[in-house]
Amino acid sequence: MNSFTYFRTDAVDTAVRERASEPTAKFIAGGTNLLDLMKENVEHPTHLIDITRLPLTTISDNVDGGLRLGALVTNADTAYNEQVIQRYPLLSQAILAGASPQLRNMATDGGNLLQRTRCYYFYDTATPCNKREPGSGCSALNGYNRIHAILGASNHCIATHPSDMCVALAALEAEVRVTGSNGERTIPFADFHRLPGDTPNIDNTLEPGELITAIDLPARGFPEYFQYLKLRDRASYAFALVSVAAALEMEGGTITAARIALGGVAHKPWRKPEAEAALVGKPANKENFQAAAELLLAGAQGYEHNAFKIELAKRVIVRALGQAAKLEPTA
Amino acid sequence: MNPAVETYPPDVRPPSLPPVHSVKLTVNGKDTELQISPWTTLLDALREYMDLTGTKKGCDHGQCGACTVLINGKRINSCLTLAIMQEGAQITTIEGIAPTEGNASQLHPLQKAFIEHDAFQCGYCTPGQICSAVGLMNEGKAKTTADIKELMSGNICRCGAYTNIVDAIEDVMNQKNA
Ligand SMILES: Cc1cc2nc3c(=O)[nH]c(=O)nc-3n(C[C@H](O)[C@H](O)[C@H](O)COP(=O)(O)OP(=O)(O)OC[C@H]3O[C@@H](n4cnc5c(N)ncnc54)[C@H](O)[C@@H]3O)c2cc1C
Ligand code: SF4
Ligand code: FES
Ligand code: FES
Repeated sequence: MNSFTYFRTDAVDTAVRERASEPTAKFIAGGTNLLDLMKENVEHPTHLIDITRLPLTTISDNVDGGLRLGALVTNADTAYNEQVIQRYPLLSQAILAGASPQLRNMATDGGNLLQRTRCYYFYDTATPCNKREPGSGCSALNGYNRIHAILGASNHCIATHPSDMCVALAALEAEVRVTGSNGERTIPFADFHRLPGDTPNIDNTLEPGELITAIDLPARGFPEYFQYLKLRDRASYAFALVSVAAALEMEGGTITAARIALGGVAHKPWRKPEAEAALVGKPANKENFQAAAELLLAGAQGYEHNAFKIELAKRVIVRALGQAAKLEPTA
Repeated sequence: MNPAVETYPPDVRPPSLPPVHSVKLTVNGKDTELQISPWTTLLDALREYMDLTGTKKGCDHGQCGACTVLINGKRINSCLTLAIMQEGAQITTIEGIAPTEGNASQLHPLQKAFIEHDAFQCGYCTPGQICSAVGLMNEGKAKTTADIKELMSGNICRCGAYTNIVDAIEDVMNQKNA
């Protein structure tokens, strides 16, 4: 790890001011991604601002009937929160599908959104990588790209966003509350992460120095018909090859609302409003799920080692929707 | 590959190192004050500065669980947190889980069960496995054998002693519920 200075505060405004005073400073929360990347010399902040003592550690009701997750609530406390389990079980399921119990006890909800890609070349400072070092090239394009994107990539970067939690938050249409030198604002989840384009070094639309204070879940939580289905190379403690967050509302056998978000396939959780709209008013059956899957994967492009993910993703979508609609067992 | 080593002309020196901090930690109920750099991980503080070498370094990247300790009763990976961030917390390591009253040679029920079930081969992962199992029992979420397996998945055993590890934990959980 590089040398850095350390600062701790229990006040949000002090943390933001401290961060603004040093452009190469970083906040540290659970530390599970930042310290890992510092040990690999991928990140080298000169100043760390410990935000774990900020009063952003509660889960509370919002006036609009939704739920507010403080940015410093741990992933474990979120997944096991009674309100989350009752009203947003999709979110609980997605969090518990990720990392390990130890990591979930450390990782925070704000930090989870800002975790960086697991692209091997991003981690390996001996290889070119546009995300780590803009303009150096992308080693994954013609390298080993099994875990890489099949949707929304560019020829500058084909990395994926590795979070499970974010896939559920995308399906639930959460909002991210942030505060910075220019005041507070709210970012809809769909606009929070971005596609790589020709600036893959930028993962999201947070302004430099902005602090995430909370994640707001809207009142609508899809507690009845939902499924987070994650496929990976081993049964647990591994990142997703492909994952699906599926949420439905149904009357009788007819779908009245649908949300589908994909993980492991793009630089951000992947949604396609057309695919969701196509399900509304239709009976919940395999044929209609298949049609939605085709729409979601429209334009998908495979690379040497990941082309299998296109067909895999379609099958996972069909199964997850079947499980959400309770047509298929979940185990 | 090593990154290029930077050299400095004699009159241009790298910025001086930040001061060493005085860090107060509470480990196994004892307060200690260490003089360490801010980048010292909790794992390194325990092993290199406090001689508490029961906690092991496997991967140093959160991928194996050998470094598992308890912070306020919750299991975490000590390789991915800074010692300085844990000031004020109750830190428990494998050296501190056995009951302290009475007979000094007492073992924690999980330690006993690991011996009875032969839940190790080389033993390198064992302190982490046991601390993780203590955390698992504190959490109270595991109800079935499958739950134990899933909720112990943050601890890798290179020797593959998994079946006996699960048996040992299940044994202690059944004793508690009996
Ligand atoms: C071995 C391993 C396996 C994993 N497996 C999975 C998995 O299967 N699925 C999954 O989803 N995740 C997985 N993870 C990733 C884990 O979920 C993330 O590392 C974690 O969520 C990051 O949260 P943190 O609080 O530790 O962030 P930190 O490491 O503290 O911070 C990450 C980044 O966010 C910034 N930051 C943190 N909080 C804020 C805030 N409030 N405002 C502004 N900036 C902030 C920091 O400056 C830093 O740049 C895994 C991690 C490891 C090490
Ligand atoms: S895919 Fe993105 S992160 Fe990976 S090497 Fe290419 S530019 Fe870097
Ligand atoms: S040494 Fe910490 S998880 Fe491996
Ligand atoms: S006993 Fe050898 S690694 Fe587990």
